[in-house]
Amino acid sequence: MSTISTTQPLTTASSATERPRSGTWDGGNEPFKASYGKLMMWFFLLSDAFTFAAFLTTYGLIRHRNPAFDPNAGVPFKFSTAYWPIPDKVFNAFPGMGHADVPLGFVALMTMILIFSSVTMVLAVEAGHRMDKKDVQKWLLWTILFGATFLGSQAWEWSHFIHGTTEGTLMADGTVFHGANLAQNQYGPVLFADLFFFITGFHGTHVFSGVCLLVYCFIATTNDTFHKRGHYEMVEKVGLYWHFVDLVWVFVFTFFYLV
Amino acid sequence: MANHASTEPVQAGEIPKPNVGWIWKTFFVLVGITALEFVFVFLMNPGTLRNSIFIILTIFKAFFIVAEFMHLKHEVKALIWTILIPMALLIWLLIALVSEGTYGGQAIQNAFN
Repeated sequence: MSTISTTQPLTTASSATERPRSGTWDGGNEPFKASYGKLMMWFFLLSDAFTFAAFLTTYGLIRHRNPAFDPNAGVPFKFSTAYWPIPDKVFNAFPGMGHADVPLGFVALMTMILIFSSVTMVLAVEAGHRMDKKDVQKWLLWTILFGATFLGSQAWEWSHFIHGTTEGTLMADGTVFHGANLAQNQYGPVLFADLFFFITGFHGTHVFSGVCLLVYCFIATTNDTFHKRGHYEMVEKVGLYWHFVDLVWVFVFTFFYLV
Repeated sequence: MANHASTEPVQAGEIPKPNVGWIWKTFFVLVGITALEFVFVFLMNPGTLRNSIFIILTIFKAFFIVAEFMHLKHEVKALIWTILIPMALLIWLLIALVSEGTYGGQAIQNAFN
């Protein structure tokens, strides 16, 4: 050890600060083999999952505390504030079909649109791995289209829910009420409409944010921002978010519309 | 990343062929499960059994979305567990909250009766 080399780490304690930092806790290694941004997206989604879990648990508890409709009582189902409504009786309208009874038909269509947008999103991420700018643009546009269609469908669903049916429901004070707001609704207990607005609204806000992020990705792809960077990781991160929104819908669909 | 993304260095101007078979396979699985859920909506009477079937099918769908579309299945083990363990603890918390909440709710109601 007579000469001091700049490349060879020295074993003496005094030169410890000059050694390259290569230990487990010295930084510079990637135990998860994922970039910082992707990892943080995962953790954000984890925390977001907590929020939606809280919403759905609230729904479950409140629904459980309200009486359910008894199909064996011999009375056909009609909207009443006395019991929790049956989802396929509330969500049975389809755009352009007037008063036809299509139980959950429109929700099924919305579910398909969202699953399809997830597929086009993965296709965009896959194209990004291949540095195929044209394909990334194409699939991002499809995803934006499906996302916007989903938002439009939700707007229709909300509008229909708010305006209600022509029959309406006789309320406790003797008046007939049509549709729903936060204080009153024709379908069932007050909290039914409140939870509908909050849960699907919170999910819709997520979809809207997702569409904004996708539009940003499309612009950046078109401007060659990602291509010059050498990778399309931003598309991948937005993709993670987008799939999460689809995932939440899968749960909302089950707990709000099916159960 | 194993067989999903091409890890070969890409030459300028040369774009590899897309590898999308697995994407469509996952899509058809998701559509199939959703269709199955609708079969149960119309063929079965509401009840605990039907709800359990829905929850199990939903977890299947969630698995395919997270594992394939979000690529979690192909990440390193440590990352997989980092996501799954908090979710498992969350489910435990939910079960605890639901059962305690039911007790708490009844206790409050009884106090006013």
